[in-house]
Amino acid sequence: MSSTEPSRRDFLFIATGVAAAVGTAGALWPLVAQMNPDASTIAAGAPIEVDLAPIAEGQVIKVFWRSKPIFINHRTKKQIEEAQNVDVAKLPDPQPDSARVKPGHEQWQVLIAICTHLGCIPLADQGPYDGYFCPCHGSVYDTSGRIRQGPAPLNLALPTYEFLSDTKIRIG
Amino acid sequence: MSGHTTYQPKNAFMQWLERRLPIAGLAYSSFVVYPTPRNLNYWWTFGGILAFMLGVQIVTGVVLAMHYTPHVDYAFNSVEQIMRDVNYGWLLRYLHANGASMFFLAAYIHMFRGMYYGSYKEPREVLWILGVILLLLMIITGFMGYVLPWGQMSFWAATVITNLFSAIPLVGEPIVTWLWGGYAVGNPTLNRFYALHYLLPFVIAGVVVLHLWALHVVGQNNPDGIEPQNEYDTVAFTPYATIKDTFLLAVFCVLFAWFVFYIPNFLGHPDNYIPANPGVTPTHIVPEWYYLPFYAILRAIPNKLLGVTALAASIFVLMFLPWLDTSKVRSAKYRPLYRQFFWVFVVVCIGLGWLGSKPPEGNYVLFARIFTVYYFAYFLIILPVLGRVEKTKPLPNSIATAVLGEGVAIGAAAPPPHRA
Repeated sequence: MSSTEPSRRDFLFIATGVAAAVGTAGALWPLVAQMNPDASTIAAGAPIEVDLAPIAEGQVIKVFWRSKPIFINHRTKKQIEEAQNVDVAKLPDPQPDSARVKPGHEQWQVLIAICTHLGCIPLADQGPYDGYFCPCHGSVYDTSGRIRQGPAPLNLALPTYEFLSDTKIRIG
Repeated sequence: MSGHTTYQPKNAFMQWLERRLPIAGLAYSSFVVYPTPRNLNYWWTFGGILAFMLGVQIVTGVVLAMHYTPHVDYAFNSVEQIMRDVNYGWLLRYLHANGASMFFLAAYIHMFRGMYYGSYKEPREVLWILGVILLLLMIITGFMGYVLPWGQMSFWAATVITNLFSAIPLVGEPIVTWLWGGYAVGNPTLNRFYALHYLLPFVIAGVVVLHLWALHVVGQNNPDGIEPQNEYDTVAFTPYATIKDTFLLAVFCVLFAWFVFYIPNFLGHPDNYIPANPGVTPTHIVPEWYYLPFYAILRAIPNKLLGVTALAASIFVLMFLPWLDTSKVRSAKYRPLYRQFFWVFVVVCIGLGWLGSKPPEGNYVLFARIFTVYYFAYFLIILPVLGRVEKTKPLPNSIATAVLGEGVAIGAAAPPPHRA
């Protein structure tokens, strides 16, 4: 038999190696996966309902869903106009205000209050764009929660939510 | 290298043990008769100080762990209980918290010494890289330890630092969730940080053993950056290095004690005495002083991914230093140009530290950018080019002539050093 031909011994050697590698990976996986959110954490992330009726115009409230702070901003007419009258193409993360609120509910802005830079909570009604300002590294968001200045790469994220009635939303 | 003598115990039990486990012989050849260059100055004592600080941190840390509760509802109060109720708890915690600062201070001096005298150059590349790995482990361990008191700074430091990983394209967000064990920093995060904060110092101790092993293979560098050639160039570790290390360790402990007993909170942040509140970010968050230069580099760059990349690169670039510095001459003593660039680099590092503590606005950002450029240019442009163009001073023939001068007949005017 030619020495360059793979032998049965070569096959057995490689097959054993593959079995050992797969077995090791299988044994390591639980050690890695245990770090992910556990069943109770996931269960606690069920949707929540928020009553909007007590929120006055111009007021921002903060609720928590899945441990994440969420701003519900009852925007004033001036703030809505400022958010709409922007040249969208010039924004770092171009998005019209209409894509960031529910149609017919332009006064209600619901967003995840986590700065897209490194996760601090921005301050509401602050900064040169009358929107949000992150004190950690100076990112500035406008009244639509879009990034305008500073190191954050993206607009403030929007949670999944829907209007159950005109004064009630379900987040999640 | 010369100087290794065979350890021959007189005691019958030690003779019996030596034939079975030559541990006393190993200690004798490593810490007693081990030949050290005779021209070592006090900058060479920081390795011993670092070993001492690692011991202090492990001992105080293990004791603190006996009183601490790693749970979001109890962590803050358990630290306060250590401070108020536990016997000598205030002392142990202040030793541990300020010990971290002293540990980093000694590590930075140790590294600047290595850079000034070219200690990372052939054949000490692996020794240097192990040192950079130790720094990286210290940074991770220190960060996790800072999270444990679960004050406002703890919580938001954990949030900001773990979010650095969210800059990684595609897999960033899943990695952050995986690190947290939830949808935000919470109890699972605190628990795993506690487990890892307890584990990593022992990993550090393990890498220190490798660091010492590598050191004992290649031998110590010295202020003249030339290899010892014969017994006139070296002295025995004990008593010469031992007594020098002990003296500066004592001086260092005075500084340590001054912090612990007089200004124990000087290096901390008042905000960390406010319990963690996931709903409010403190208006001005800064890391501990020993991370500030890296933090300044992160903030100097107005792009998230590039900023995080620069932060990581500022540490990893150190690993390539042995090959970035192209000069064959080790010591800055014989490199007049390098010496000037080096001191500018030191000023830049300290300047970045100062800028990291300032708010990210106006001229602070401008200077942080200039200093960041110099930081990377030093490694990536200045050192590679300097080694090719610099005219170095002539090196002495041996360490003995560097110390004693050319005219002295060795062995006559200067008797060979005493050997243990």
